[in-house]
Amino acid sequence: MIERIIIAGSGGQGIMLMGKILAEAAMLDNLHVTWFPTYGAEVRGGAAYCMVIISSEDIPSPYIEKADTLIAMNEASLLKFRHRLRSRGLLLMNSSLISKSIKTNASLKVYAFPFTEAASRLGNIRVANMVALGIYIAKRGIFNKQIILSIIERIAPAQKRDLIEVNRQALEEGMRLVR
Amino acid sequence: MGRLAESKTLMSGNEAIGEGAIRAGCDFYAGYPITPQNELTAYMARRMAEQQRIFIQAESELSAINMVLGAAAAGARAMTSSSSPGISLKQEGISYLAGCQLPCVIVNIMRGGPGLGNIAPSQSDYFQATRGGGHGDYRCIVLAPDSVQEAHDLMMLSFELADRYRNPVILLGDGMLGQMMEPLKLAPFNSLKRGKSKQWALTGCLGRQPNVIKSFYMQEGQLEEFNRALQGKYKRIQMQQQRWEELYISDARVILVAYGTMARITRSVVRRLRQRGERVGFLRPISLWPFPQRAFRRIVERRPRANLLVIEMSYGQMVEDVRLAVEGRLRVEFLGRSGGGIPSQEEITRATARCRRR
Repeated sequence: MIERIIIAGSGGQGIMLMGKILAEAAMLDNLHVTWFPTYGAEVRGGAAYCMVIISSEDIPSPYIEKADTLIAMNEASLLKFRHRLRSRGLLLMNSSLISKSIKTNASLKVYAFPFTEAASRLGNIRVANMVALGIYIAKRGIFNKQIILSIIERIAPAQKRDLIEVNRQALEEGMRLVR
Repeated sequence: MGRLAESKTLMSGNEAIGEGAIRAGCDFYAGYPITPQNELTAYMARRMAEQQRIFIQAESELSAINMVLGAAAAGARAMTSSSSPGISLKQEGISYLAGCQLPCVIVNIMRGGPGLGNIAPSQSDYFQATRGGGHGDYRCIVLAPDSVQEAHDLMMLSFELADRYRNPVILLGDGMLGQMMEPLKLAPFNSLKRGKSKQWALTGCLGRQPNVIKSFYMQEGQLEEFNRALQGKYKRIQMQQQRWEELYISDARVILVAYGTMARITRSVVRRLRQRGERVGFLRPISLWPFPQRAFRRIVERRPRANLLVIEMSYGQMVEDVRLAVEGRLRVEFLGRSGGGIPSQEEITRATARCRRR
């Protein structure tokens, strides 16, 4: 089994965190995993992406040339990475921030949902990433909800424990959207 | 960071290097921030304080390396870290450390150059690391990990070798290795007999003859004699510390040679070509100085008709050592990009096919 995921969006959307949660989940599952981010002169609103590879075998290159999954949190990142998806790959897109007119390869499995609006309805726009993650785990079926929730609980800072609940709701909302 | 049943932790290369230093018994760190190694400095700021050891964010790279010199002279396990332009600034201090035969560990998480360059991963400081870098006839031991785990483990080894040979050791990584995260099995803490084992250190001479640490020899013949002794030490290191990893050499027609992150990407290609039944081998130098000449001499004997393809994130630096090691007896081809470009699996596959046809 190998799953190569590119998660892309803009700084502040929790792109790195999504990748880290998946990486932690893979490690808990005794799978091999690598996580590689954009780094350096990053700013809120600037381009951000990370590459996560999960595999039952050891992973030579952490750099993804052809992805199995692309999670595009905004339009710029879809345009940048849509050609990196292999045929029949999984594309999750945030239709809140991506115009309907953008063409994607017909061979792809595409799931477009308004992640950002769904997060707004839950009262915190910043959990759009967890909506996306919920859709991802529901569609790929490689991790269950409990593992993801346990990781969120563990990494949530002590002074922000109240955020765990809205993250849980967002994850469940994502899973519900594709049910 | 999570701790697991089988006690693995998800860590970045920079953090894993920092924790390696902590567990190796590093008791002095001085550095100055620079991308892409900032997480290492930040990690040490927190962990050194937790361990009640010394962390100093110096006012400059020059200051940091000379603080390391002072701490090493006093017998501390001392280190600094930086990225390419910062390491250039440290070269004078590194030459003095080598000249004073002081142990220390210097981490270079390489970025693009020359000049201020950019912050993308690069391997273009190979010459600087393996040829000395500063003035004078000296060498640093240079170790090049290709994974978060190996970066951690080689940090333990770096401190050990620095002390054993009283010599600076450079851990050479790149931005990709520094930034990427992988599950890490933490090494056990090193139980050290600090101070006592360093008879030469400047620890206060009450009740004994004063020790002298210097790199200045003005009397006729003195410096030459000192340099001969240094060269003897380097010869010993060359005999004892060549390290490498090799795969599928015994039937290989083309052998791909790469180190660090470039070796990870190359390994992907080797695996795929092997699955197709192609006779491709893989050689990864781990010690860049001493260069693993022994590995290449064995290839010359065992595979006298093989072609070598050296792949680097530079325009050809390690390839010179490969050519010296095979002494013209094997054909050596090169593929490299730099300044932010990373040779892709497709480019490596095409270059391998060209090598096979020759």
